Amino acid sequence: MAPTLVFLEHHDGVLQQGALGVLAKALSLGGDVAGVVLGAGQAVAATCGATVYVCDDPALAVPLPQPRVDALEALVAQTGAETVLFAASVLAADVAAGLAARLGAGLNWDLTDLRLEDGDLIGTRTAFGDTVVVDVAWKGTPRIGLVRAGAFEPAEAAGVANMIPFDATFQGFSSLAKLVERTHEESSGPSIEDADVIVAGGRGLGRAENFSLCEALAKELGGAVGATRAVVDAGWYPYSAQVGQTGKSVSPRLYIACGISGAIQHKVGMQSSGTIVAINKDQNAPIFDFADLGVVGDVEQVVPKLTALLRARA
Amino acid sequence: MRKRKVAGVRPADFVPPYGATDAISAPTDARAERIEVGVLIVGGGPGGLACAIRLGQLLEEHPEIAERLGDVPVAVVEKGKQPGSHLLSGAVVNPRSLRRLFGDRLRIEDIPNYGKVPGESVYMLTRGSAFRIPLPPTMRNHGNWLMSLSQLGRFLGEQAEGVGAAILPETSAEKLLVEHGRVVGIRTGDKGRGRDGQPLANFEAGSDIVAKTTVLAEGTQGHLTAAAIDHFGLHGQNPQVWALGVKEIWKVPRPLRRVVHTMGWPLRKSAKFGEFGGSFIYPMGDDHVSIGFVVGLEYRDVELSAHDLLQEFKTHPKIQRILTDSERVGWGAKTITEGGFLSLPSRFNAPGLALVGEGAGLVNVPRLKGIHYAIESGILAAEAIFRTFQPGEAPTRVGALDSYDASLRESYVWKELREVRNMRQVFDKGFFAGSALASAMIVSKGHLPPKDFATESNAAAPLLRTGRAAQYPPADGKFTFDKLSSVFASGNRTRDDQPNHLRVRTSVPRDVAEMWTWLCPAQVYEVGEDNGDGTVSVKVTPSNCVQCGAISAKGGRLTPPEGGSGPEYTLT
Amino acid sequence: MKIAVCVKHVPDATAQKRLDASTFRLDRTGEGALNPTDLNAIEEALRIQAAHGGEVVVVTLGPAKATDSLRKALAMGVDRSILVTDDAAAGSDLLATSAALAAVLANEAPDLTLFGQASSDGDGAVLWAAVADRLRRPLISQVATLTIEAGTVTGKRQTEFGYDRITAPLPAVVAVSDAINEPRYPSLKGIMGAKAKPQAVLSLADLGLGADASGEAGSRTRVVAVAPPAPKAGRVRIDDDGTAAEKIVAYLIERKLA
Repeated sequence: MAPTLVFLEHHDGVLQQGALGVLAKALSLGGDVAGVVLGAGQAVAATCGATVYVCDDPALAVPLPQPRVDALEALVAQTGAETVLFAASVLAADVAAGLAARLGAGLNWDLTDLRLEDGDLIGTRTAFGDTVVVDVAWKGTPRIGLVRAGAFEPAEAAGVANMIPFDATFQGFSSLAKLVERTHEESSGPSIEDADVIVAGGRGLGRAENFSLCEALAKELGGAVGATRAVVDAGWYPYSAQVGQTGKSVSPRLYIACGISGAIQHKVGMQSSGTIVAINKDQNAPIFDFADLGVVGDVEQVVPKLTALLRARA
Repeated sequence: MRKRKVAGVRPADFVPPYGATDAISAPTDARAERIEVGVLIVGGGPGGLACAIRLGQLLEEHPEIAERLGDVPVAVVEKGKQPGSHLLSGAVVNPRSLRRLFGDRLRIEDIPNYGKVPGESVYMLTRGSAFRIPLPPTMRNHGNWLMSLSQLGRFLGEQAEGVGAAILPETSAEKLLVEHGRVVGIRTGDKGRGRDGQPLANFEAGSDIVAKTTVLAEGTQGHLTAAAIDHFGLHGQNPQVWALGVKEIWKVPRPLRRVVHTMGWPLRKSAKFGEFGGSFIYPMGDDHVSIGFVVGLEYRDVELSAHDLLQEFKTHPKIQRILTDSERVGWGAKTITEGGFLSLPSRFNAPGLALVGEGAGLVNVPRLKGIHYAIESGILAAEAIFRTFQPGEAPTRVGALDSYDASLRESYVWKELREVRNMRQVFDKGFFAGSALASAMIVSKGHLPPKDFATESNAAAPLLRTGRAAQYPPADGKFTFDKLSSVFASGNRTRDDQPNHLRVRTSVPRDVAEMWTWLCPAQVYEVGEDNGDGTVSVKVTPSNCVQCGAISAKGGRLTPPEGGSGPEYTLT
Repeated sequence: MKIAVCVKHVPDATAQKRLDASTFRLDRTGEGALNPTDLNAIEEALRIQAAHGGEVVVVTLGPAKATDSLRKALAMGVDRSILVTDDAAAGSDLLATSAALAAVLANEAPDLTLFGQASSDGDGAVLWAAVADRLRRPLISQVATLTIEAGTVTGKRQTEFGYDRITAPLPAVVAVSDAINEPRYPSLKGIMGAKAKPQAVLSLADLGLGADASGEAGSRTRVVAVAPPAPKAGRVRIDDDGTAAEKIVAYLIERKLA
């Protein structure tokens, strides 16, 4: 079987966990699997414990998508790869779609799982706020798949990589876009759209000041703070933090709902979160119908204690 | 004689500082800035769109007159996202006026429909049982068609555009422009204001739209219609009254093969409660039914909730059978104008202005119908307006639109409404006494009972408490639903940071505040802190509002929010 | 300066969405609306036009009902619209959709092609990159601020790690995020004037595309099954007896969430 390529994105010299997760998944499916590291020193690729194709052309020095399409096109031609997999990111999505157009290949995205069925690759994705599960496949090869962030865990212990350098030629138009400046904005924490963890507060907090409990817990977990419409309406927290139908739609790995009843208007904005923990005094609150861990209790008691316990662990 | 109990508080004593005339102004835009149209129709419902279509037909036949009306001979402003977005009804439609509107151009079969009424039955319910009762003569629906009013509205909107009308969706009609005693158009609402009214970055100011003639076809609780009736002194003999209907659309595994109406449970018979209403269950093709509950807003119980009555009603074994293995796919609420003949405005036109449809009170309550009256009145208004454009006539002539009133009074609409003129009022006397009087009225074609009954405004009834809410079933999210998830099902996703468009006093006696929280099917009102002076504060969440209009009947006032707000009805 | 904005008519956000049981396609028979982020792209195009002059045209591939969405764009101030609609185009995946849009854009040859980032129906969230590749034009996506100067476009691109400023010569393809602006409301005059603006309707044949380049035939992905999600296993419910915080921590550690 011709190889499966996994695009290994890196940032500041570190391979991204999501991409390593996809690599681990691809390896677990068996067959000839190789990673691809573009535009980084070999040192970056050295520790992923698999066969890795490496191209260090200066055209790949900055994280722009179009030269990466050229490089992957060359590698697919060279290896006869039938499948190219990506872990979703701002960069990877552009590369995957550009490559699909270049190769006339099918692209399935937002995949949450991959499996082989009679030797055929089948992807799983959810639709309509995770209310439907769709199995998708490809017609012909190459197949291109974009996997939802965090869908797969990286392998625990990676070994030394078997590195194979390759060359690519670059299209004129691919290098027209130039990076002129990079800014790492150090904010107080991740934005609510990007956060892996969201601690959200609702009316059950009792009063505006109690949002500090959510903030402290969010800080401990490296997360962002969210809010329901009711408390934003009441002026307890800014609109930019509102999660729900008329606010933001979020899907962090962990969503901790503090004093939130779980009305449908809120649910539609956060139901695709990985794990939902709800703390609410009202045992009949609808949020307990879809929380993974439901705690019937007083947020003023539970949340500070939770924060303290997590802090003690750190 | 029994001693009278101490009367409860009356919502009418707590109306907000808002007068209907606040909605009237002279044009304010500079003359060159005003948008000029020939005929301006406010409201994209069956009445307004029938008016637009009929005018379009007449202008197609007389292009020389269309020419004189400028670039936009006919315009319809609609506050919903599109015609139909805010329309909700049963609906069993009498096709009579649709036939007249389209003549040879269309058959009823070409209009979105769910077929002719296949059969019908009426039941009197008690908590656990149902007795089939003979069909009251007014409720015979043979030959009528099952439709979704929302879908009909969208269809009529397309037809109106097809004959040249300009449809202006997401546009609220905020003020009636009156100059020198004559209606000259409307001012549309601003868009892009924040919670406190401050203009946001994308603020778009409203505009003056001026027209030779303005037609108000706003439907129930018309904002400008109320202002016009006040301003021009068009009040009828009785004050107008309303009912509130809440309905759901269900996807069902088995077709329902008849139209069902029920009376009785869960409403109470005794006259002191003032609970007049009932339910309807209509098939919509083989796989959907529409199920609704309607209650007159003269009710007195603080804890009466039309939404929860519908939920309670669904738990009746008879109804549960219909809805087994089914799924709710839609929800909506709307008031119904119920005053009938004696509450009709004294005139249907004023200088530069015509009133059509439900906003003008043209609803036949015993027959549970108003759509065909809206269409008929729209057609008649269009024809009268067209006459004012004929050579030798002028729309500015005093009394130019009197021919509209005359033709309406000659029409079948008038005759039918007159026949049942006391029907609604007699039910004030309690269900059984009311039934007897109503039957006498039908049999005698309106000659008995011999006197006209007076009626009170809905907000005048003193409130009472009976612990009614304890009877409502809890929401399980599958068969019974809470209000918030229902608002979601209405398609409402109104911007949260709009100015509040609901005028209510925010410090009122607890009974009034609680009555509003139960009344409102969309959970707009909540009781806040006790003020310590016998009143409580009222918290308002305006973005939940589905613009049903109930608050206007019970002591507050609905004004139009930013255009495009509110529900997005598609099947109702 | 000529700006093309690629937009999409999506099922109304509140409508009950479902996949057709036999074709596995999104049931698009219900009400639709303009994809919300496309409004940001239209707004940005109109602002650039106000500063630099020229023409703004909206382009979509979709059902005939997409006219409603295009009308809204025209009401906002866009000059004209192009709708590619064809029964043979139904079921197009990213590849087939990008082929049709690229064909229109090749004919129109705009200086700047704008996309709205993310579509609310979960489809085609990466279309711009495929279109840029087909047109062989530079691409900047996830753009939160945009400036046009002397034949170049500069965008501030928001990534997981911060902001990159990227510049490219025109003609270029840019996808904007909803952070870029606050879309305007259509003015009443805009709404009234929309109907009279040029609204081209093209078939695949008009674009010189064969049936094999579009719809399912032109697609390289397929849906093989649709099912309701498996019920989430292991839903845990506890009453706080004073140890709830400990139990939450244990739960999070067990799932590698803390």
